[in-house]
Amino acid sequence: MFLINCPYCGERDQQEFKAGGEAHIERPKQPTELSDDEWAEYLFMRKNIKGVQFERWNHAHGCRKWFNMVRDTSNDEIKAIYKMGEKPPAQ
Amino acid sequence: MRNKYSVFSLIKNALSYHENWQRAWKDPNPKKEYDAVIVGGGGHGLATAYYLAKKYKMNNIAVVEKGWIGGGNTGRNTTIIRSNYLWDASAGLYDHALKIWEGLSQELNYNVMFSQRGVMNLAHNLQDVRDLKRRTHANRLNGIDAVYLSTEEVKKFCPIINTSPDIRYPVLGGTLQRRAGTARHDAVAWGYARGADAMGVDIIQNCEVKGIKRNGDSVEGIETTKGFIKTKKVGVVAAGHSSVIANMAGLRLPLESKPLQALVSEPVKPIIDTVVMSNAVHAYVSQSDKGELVIGAGTDDYVSYTQKGSHQIVEGTLNAILELYPIFSRMRMLRQWGGIVDICPDASPILSKTSIKGLYFNCGWGTGGFKATPGSGDLFAHTIANDEPHKLNAAFNLNRFVSGDLVDEHGAAAVAH
Repeated sequence: MFLINCPYCGERDQQEFKAGGEAHIERPKQPTELSDDEWAEYLFMRKNIKGVQFERWNHAHGCRKWFNMVRDTSNDEIKAIYKMGEKPPAQ
Repeated sequence: MRNKYSVFSLIKNALSYHENWQRAWKDPNPKKEYDAVIVGGGGHGLATAYYLAKKYKMNNIAVVEKGWIGGGNTGRNTTIIRSNYLWDASAGLYDHALKIWEGLSQELNYNVMFSQRGVMNLAHNLQDVRDLKRRTHANRLNGIDAVYLSTEEVKKFCPIINTSPDIRYPVLGGTLQRRAGTARHDAVAWGYARGADAMGVDIIQNCEVKGIKRNGDSVEGIETTKGFIKTKKVGVVAAGHSSVIANMAGLRLPLESKPLQALVSEPVKPIIDTVVMSNAVHAYVSQSDKGELVIGAGTDDYVSYTQKGSHQIVEGTLNAILELYPIFSRMRMLRQWGGIVDICPDASPILSKTSIKGLYFNCGWGTGGFKATPGSGDLFAHTIANDEPHKLNAAFNLNRFVSGDLVDEHGAAAVAH
């Protein structure tokens, strides 16, 4: 359990939020031309990093807005939070 | 040579104040080369090594473990064993394991305290009722014992459950698998370790894998904290850390690692003589032989390797436990912990070859791998020895995420997800 600094509402308890998985997985631009392998990669394969990972979170029981988070999964320390559409900070 | 455990060895060692028991396994340094190396000394990894040595006569093998054996999820789960899964592929896999459990203590000459006390799954809404009835029929068609119980029958089988219709999630019925039950989780790891060691397997603890050396598309060996080990076959059984090992080999897996929590109470006299699982509210209870209530909770929804988990998860589980078992309201909890579970999108495991020759993965067991330990080891040993899956684990290949042939047990099997 940890505190999350929602870019719209400020610091709130983590249980107000919903984790949305790995960030910056781009939807294929030409879905009809994708091979099965490429579909599997897009849909299912995940980095699942032990260490610094880029994620999407949703303030589900608050403003209900989505945003991005850089978090160390080995100790749950939050490194950075930035809005959707913004460039991820350099790590 | 291993001395046999028996009532006579117990008496003999009692006479010397239990100070001269033979070591259960050696503590060797790694050799330069092995025919195969298993990464991960939990129940599944040790069972794999045991069956590789026993059935496939691969005795020049090693198990490398970054901590101590059985110190990961093997020692952190709630020890529930059952095989009442919905789909044919899962039923085959888990019932194969259950059949091995039934003779495991005798085979290993190690008491794994397998207790077929039955596992009951509760239904709390009409969809649960429909799902559980469907699963009962599917189980019986697959030759797995299962019965559907009415609310009254649930109450009769486990009288301390609150079956009042006024509670938030009333008990509308349940299923019962009588062959299911529990086992002593540590003993499973220790029994397999002792058995494997006796056949010449090197069990190397405090040895963390740091890299996987490849020559093109084949495995050449592993880099560890105890040096380089040359081998042509690497079987990875690293549970929550499977993706970490896969990344070393340049592979990606369809896994997310999340904390799953459990807790135990202070020990009390026998009060619940079965296992009751309530998937809709994430509350799982049994009682250990020491008398502690063993309670399982749900997973957090974010990726984490912290082995802790969030407080609101256990709070939610204990709310549900208190409503279902008002008699536990003044129990005190002694310990709480988390284990990192690797969850597949279809909530079924992966026992598979990979695109790299000689590299095999046994992972994705998610929240319910303990029950499968003997079967998983047996089938993974077959896969490694023959470089081909056994027919019982053929469906659990990595390629199913490309072909779309998923084994979709999510929710359907009354499993915690």
